[in-house]
Amino acid sequence: MPAVQETIEQVRNIDVDQYKYGFETLIETDKAPKGLNEDIIRLISAKKDEPEWMLDWRLEAFRRWQTMSEPSWARVSYPEIDFQDIHYYAAPKSTSGPTSLEEVDPELLRTYEKLGIPLKEQEILAGVRKQGEPSDLDAIEGNGGRRVAVDAVFDSVSVVTTFKKELAAAGVIFCSISEAIREHPDLVRKYLGTVVPTSDNYYATLNTAVFTDGSFVYVPKGVRCPMELSTYFRINEKNTGQFERTLIIAEEGAYVSYLEGCTAPQRDENQLHAAVVELIALDDAEIKYSTVQNWYPGDKDGKGGIYNFVTKRGDCRGKNSKISWTQVETGSAITWKYPSCILRGDNSQGEFYSIAVSNGHQQIDSGTKMLHLGKNTVSRIISKGISAGRSNNTYRGQVSVHRKATNARNFTNCDSLLIGNDCGAHTVPYIEAKNATAKLEHEATTSKISEDQLFYVMQRGIPEEEAIALIVNGFVKEVIQELPMEFAVEAQKLIGISLEGSVG
Amino acid sequence: MLEIKNLHARVAETGTEIIRGLDLTVKAGEVAAIMGPNGSGKSTLSYVLAGRPDYEVTDGDILYDGQSILEMDPAERAAAGVFLAFQYPMEIPGVATMEFLKVAINSQRRARGDAELKIPDLLKKVKEAAGTLEMDMAMLKRPLNVGFSGGEKKRAEILQMMLLEPKLCVLDETDSGLDIDALKIVADGVNALRSPERAMVVITHYQRLLDYIVPDTVHVLSRGRVVKSGDKGLALELEKNGYAGVVGEAA
Repeated sequence: MPAVQETIEQVRNIDVDQYKYGFETLIETDKAPKGLNEDIIRLISAKKDEPEWMLDWRLEAFRRWQTMSEPSWARVSYPEIDFQDIHYYAAPKSTSGPTSLEEVDPELLRTYEKLGIPLKEQEILAGVRKQGEPSDLDAIEGNGGRRVAVDAVFDSVSVVTTFKKELAAAGVIFCSISEAIREHPDLVRKYLGTVVPTSDNYYATLNTAVFTDGSFVYVPKGVRCPMELSTYFRINEKNTGQFERTLIIAEEGAYVSYLEGCTAPQRDENQLHAAVVELIALDDAEIKYSTVQNWYPGDKDGKGGIYNFVTKRGDCRGKNSKISWTQVETGSAITWKYPSCILRGDNSQGEFYSIAVSNGHQQIDSGTKMLHLGKNTVSRIISKGISAGRSNNTYRGQVSVHRKATNARNFTNCDSLLIGNDCGAHTVPYIEAKNATAKLEHEATTSKISEDQLFYVMQRGIPEEEAIALIVNGFVKEVIQELPMEFAVEAQKLIGISLEGSVG
Repeated sequence: MLEIKNLHARVAETGTEIIRGLDLTVKAGEVAAIMGPNGSGKSTLSYVLAGRPDYEVTDGDILYDGQSILEMDPAERAAAGVFLAFQYPMEIPGVATMEFLKVAINSQRRARGDAELKIPDLLKKVKEAAGTLEMDMAMLKRPLNVGFSGGEKKRAEILQMMLLEPKLCVLDETDSGLDIDALKIVADGVNALRSPERAMVVITHYQRLLDYIVPDTVHVLSRGRVVKSGDKGLALELEKNGYAGVVGEAA
C-alpha cells in the first residue's frame, strides 16, 4: 500500500499548523472595493462583459438576498459574517487572455508547482504549450498518464484552459462560465438556475448575485467526453469571497466525469466560500462529479480557515440518467455542503459517496438529499465520517419519495469513526416515503478506533501514526474506490495528513 | 533470549495487580509452555510482553536479548522480533490480508534499516507460507480477520508469524477454537519455525496442544507467579491430576 506509506512520510514532515498548501502568490490584483451593493454587482457584470439579461438576473437575486436570513439549522457555529467587509471581485492583473504558457504569470506556474497536484499538472501544462501538436498529446497518453483537461480558476478569473481544441473536436464545450455567458448565451440561459433556483437558499442566492467565475461543461448528444475534466479552485486574494458557479450539462446519452480539487493558501482571516454547482443529465446521460476538498482548516487553536457554504445539486432530468457525487472533505474550518440529486426521470439513479474528515477545531455538517420523483428511481448513499481532535462531524441526509415515484429504492449507509475522546459524530437522517412501494434501507454505525485494534496492528510492527492511517484507509475504502485513480491516491494522502497529531 | 525478573504488572485503569513477582527464563531454541488455571495471568503475561498500553509494569524487568524492553512501544518490540499470536485476533475492515502483510513486513524491515520487500518476492513468500498452512490464497484478498472463522483467524496469525520471522514467538491459547485437523496444521506451522535462534512461549490451558508442539520446559502459573517448572512430563501430570493438585502443592 504505497499510498499509505507516502501518507506517513508526509505526515512526518508536516506540523499540524504548518498547512502544506499555505503559501501566497504575489500577483498584482485588480480588486473591487469592499462591500456589496448594486453598484458592485454592476461592476462585476461589466468587468465580465455580460449581457443585460445576466445583470438583471444578478440584481434580482441581490434584491431577494437582502430579504433573506442566514440559515441556522446546521450544527456549526462561527462568528457573524460581515458581508460588507468582503471584496466581491478580484482578478489577477496579468490575465487578459493568455493563450499559451508563456503568457501566464510565472508566479502562477510556480504556484501550480508548489501545489504538487496529483494529475501531474506540469505535464498537463506542458500540454498547453504543445497544444497544436497532436503527437505530443499522444505521447502523454502513451506514457500511461490519464488525459485530464484543466480549467484553472485563479481567484476569480479563469487563467488557463487546456485541451480545448480536442474537446471542441468532440463537440464538448469546457470553458469558464464567464466565457460561456458570452459565447454560448443560449445554452447558459436555458439551463442556468434551473436546478438551483435564485432563491434556493441564502448562500445560493448570494452566489447568484455576485458569482465571479466557475466552469461550464456541455457534452452534446451521444458523446462520451474523451477525457476527465478538472478544475482547481484556489482562493488567493486576502478577504476575497469566492463565489464559484459551475454548470454541467450532459445531453441525451452523453457521459462526463468531472474532477474538482481544492487547496488554499494559509490565512488568518476567515474566508467565505459559497459556490453553486448545477448538474443536468438528460435521457440516458451520466455525470460523475468528484471532489477532493483541502482548504485551509484553521490552525491548531481553531484560528483562521475557510468557511465553505456550498450548494451542489444534480438534476436527473431524463429517463435512465445517472448522477454520481463523490467527495473527500478534509479541509475548511466550516463545511456546509449537501450535494443532492433530483431523480426526476424514470429509472434514474443518484449516488453519493462521501468521506468527511475533521480534526482540530473543524466543523463539518454535510450529507445529501435524494429526491425520488420518477418511477423506479434508485439512490445509494455511502457516507464515512471520521472525527478527531476537537472536531464535530455531522451527517445530515434526506431521502424523500414522492407520491408518484413507484418502486423507488434507496440504500443508505452512514458510518462514523471517532479518534480520541474530544470529538463528536452525529447522524441526522430524514426519511420520508409517500408511496407504499418504496424500499428504503438505512444503516448507521459509530465506532471508535479501539485500543485493541490499534494494539493488534502495532504488534505487527506498524508504528502508531501508520497504524491509524491503515485502519482509517480501510474504513473509507468503499468510497475511495469510487474516485478516479489519481484522486484516490491524493485522497488517501490527504486523509493521513488531516489526521496528523490526532493521537498521543 | 527472554529473562523475566520479579515482574509485577497491573491493569492501568483499575490498578488491579495481575502479575505478582513472576520469574521466567527462556533460552534461544527453547519452547516453553505456560500453563495454568483461568485467571492465573497467562494472557496478561502475553500482553505485557508485547507492550499493551493498558497494563502497567510496577516492578521488575523484562530482558530480551539482555536488554530491557519496558520502554519500547508495541511496534518497536515487534520490529525487534517479538511476536504475539493473539487468542482473539482483531478484525481490520477494508484492509486486505495481503495488504496488511505487506505493510507489516515492510514496516519491520524499515525499522531494521532493511530495504522493502519487492512485490514478487513477497508474493512468493506468502504463497509458500500459506501452502504450509493449507490456506487458500483467495482468502488473503479478504479484509484481515473480517468474517474469518475461529480456525481461519488462528491460521492467519500463524501465517503472519511465519512471514515476520520473529525471534521470540508468544502464542496465546492458539489451540482454542481449533478442531483437531486444524490444530495439526497450525502445530506443523509452528514446529516448522522451531530453530536454535528462536524462542517460543506457548500459552495454553490444555495439554492437547502440547502433543503437537512438544515443549522443552513447562511452567505452571498461579496468581501471577510461576509456581512450578519442569519438563514436558509436568504437562502430563497436570492433565492427570488437574491444576488443583499442582497449584495446591506449591502453595
